[in-house]
Amino acid sequence: MKHRTFFWFFLPTAIAMLLFIAAPIVSVLIQSVFAPHEAVLIEVENCTPLVGCTTETMIDQEATRDLREAQPLGRFVGLDIYLDRAHLAIEEVGQIWSTSETWGSFWSRIFNLPFYRAMSFTLTYTFVVTPALIVLGLMIALAVNSLHRHLKGLMIFFSLLPMIVTPIIGSLILFWMVDSRGVLGSALVSLAGDPNFSLKASTGLTWVMLIIYGIWSSAPFAFVVFYAGLQTLPRDTLEAAQIDGATRWQQVRYVIIPHLTPLVTFVALIQLMDNFRVLEPIIGFNASAHATSLSWIILNDLGGETRQLSSASANSVLTLIGVAILLSPVLVRTWQDFKRKT
Amino acid sequence: MAAAAERRPVWMRAMIYGFVATWFILAAFPFIWTVWGSFKVELDFFSIADWTYALTGERTKAEYGSAFTDAGYRGAWIQEEFYRNFFNTAIVCFFVVCTSLTIGTLGGYALSRSSYNYTFWLLITALIFRAMPPVTLVAGYLLPFFQWNLWGHLATTIIVLVAINQPFTLWMLHSFFKKIPQELDESAKVDGCTQFQAFRHVIIPVMWPGVITTGLFSFLLAYNDFVVTSMLLEEKNRTMVPQIAAFLGTTYTEGNVMFAVAAVVSATVPLFILVMFFQRQIVSGLTAGAVKG
Repeated sequence: MKHRTFFWFFLPTAIAMLLFIAAPIVSVLIQSVFAPHEAVLIEVENCTPLVGCTTETMIDQEATRDLREAQPLGRFVGLDIYLDRAHLAIEEVGQIWSTSETWGSFWSRIFNLPFYRAMSFTLTYTFVVTPALIVLGLMIALAVNSLHRHLKGLMIFFSLLPMIVTPIIGSLILFWMVDSRGVLGSALVSLAGDPNFSLKASTGLTWVMLIIYGIWSSAPFAFVVFYAGLQTLPRDTLEAAQIDGATRWQQVRYVIIPHLTPLVTFVALIQLMDNFRVLEPIIGFNASAHATSLSWIILNDLGGETRQLSSASANSVLTLIGVAILLSPVLVRTWQDFKRKT
Repeated sequence: MAAAAERRPVWMRAMIYGFVATWFILAAFPFIWTVWGSFKVELDFFSIADWTYALTGERTKAEYGSAFTDAGYRGAWIQEEFYRNFFNTAIVCFFVVCTSLTIGTLGGYALSRSSYNYTFWLLITALIFRAMPPVTLVAGYLLPFFQWNLWGHLATTIIVLVAINQPFTLWMLHSFFKKIPQELDESAKVDGCTQFQAFRHVIIPVMWPGVITTGLFSFLLAYNDFVVTSMLLEEKNRTMVPQIAAFLGTTYTEGNVMFAVAAVVSATVPLFILVMFFQRQIVSGLTAGAVKG
């Protein structure tokens, strides 16, 4: 295809992506180094006869509004927002470092800082859920593949539901069941033997609940991909392995898993990207008191009456750096493959 | 595979069936339970006294004279006017799917038919865009949208969703178009067609299976989106998902949890129907990206 033709074909989608993906990134970068204007203060002298004069400092509403309208971005503050307490908190980390005696107290104090708290949950969630859902997905795929034909279709249908349903809806459905008055919740209460037992009250259990939701909602994706992979399994290799006396476990280990390896990489890549942006379950499970994620703190900054654009932007940039680090091995590998081919 | 299954020892078959049954219950039970419970009153669905009330509906019988009641649905759809949110979702989904398929088809086709290096770089850029959480972009939209009075309109949300959807759409359609033999449009071009005419008369008639599959995923993205719709829409033109999130804040305090339960079930029904009719396409779409490795 000629460059010219390609250009015209690609133009609409390129414009959409430039305007609404590339431009916002630039805009987020710029906003993150500007802070909102401080109120303009004026000194007013109040003179009352007999008492004398006092000077009062007041907010000049009009001047403040004018300034905010003239420069909606705010004032340039460089990297200050990144370094303040709500984000990287360099000063606080330094202080904690110098005053903490043990590692335990160091970490527990670090995790009280909002950014690190969100970071720790996001990373834990991503790196627990992703391998777990791959293993579970593989097990379901192997089990379903050995079923009768009619059962297979039914299983695929119901397996797709947790994945396809809106994440907020899926988490709400589970949340209502584990509510202390819900069916699973009351079962857990009677198991624990403590009438005040609640999943929502403990940080550890909240994390477990969110992670279980994560696995429940994404395992079907891994299952469907692996199941499709099993349909293209080379029959000859498997039969050869059987003739050579390979046990079932050996067949899985040395024939099936190597055949599925590219698919495992694919699922891992997609799921790392998706789990890193975990947000909806935290809202659905109403869990923000015990678990916050990077996406959640951005949304929290943006919501409400005071939209803290600068803070949200700084958090967005930090999140994007996280995504870049996560994605870099893939990009490096793709780049090497590409260079080898050309 | 049937022969292999027969050769399995009994304990292994029992284990497989047990495992599949467990997963089946895990996947399906929450939905069945919630649908059943949505026709009960709150004291049955969230029963402090006895969990079997949720099955038998004791309190519902006491209150309405029958074990099932549509009070939750009436409350959500009529009192809280959930139908408005339903129509908003319908409008957003329809236009997102149409627009993103139109521009995505052109772009994906171009990517699959050009042999220059820049197609590789465009696809990698799309992958990077796909990896970025949408919420990181929202902070960038708000200020310009407020300045230019674009905030709060369905049209703005539709365009933003189309753009966020493009990277994925391009990847998927690119791999579908790769499967359509290049000789088809080459021979049309030999016969004197321009590239666009070749696309129009030769490719469009054969591209529908791939386009429908991609369309399903565009629909799911628009339907399930929470971040963009909740941040870019005003209260009066909210779609279903942000409205359900908003229900949570108000209904817990007013004791109308069953409204939220009914709304959740209502919003799941279209997805349920979708999976029922398009299961094959969804499965093939999920694996389309994987085949390329």
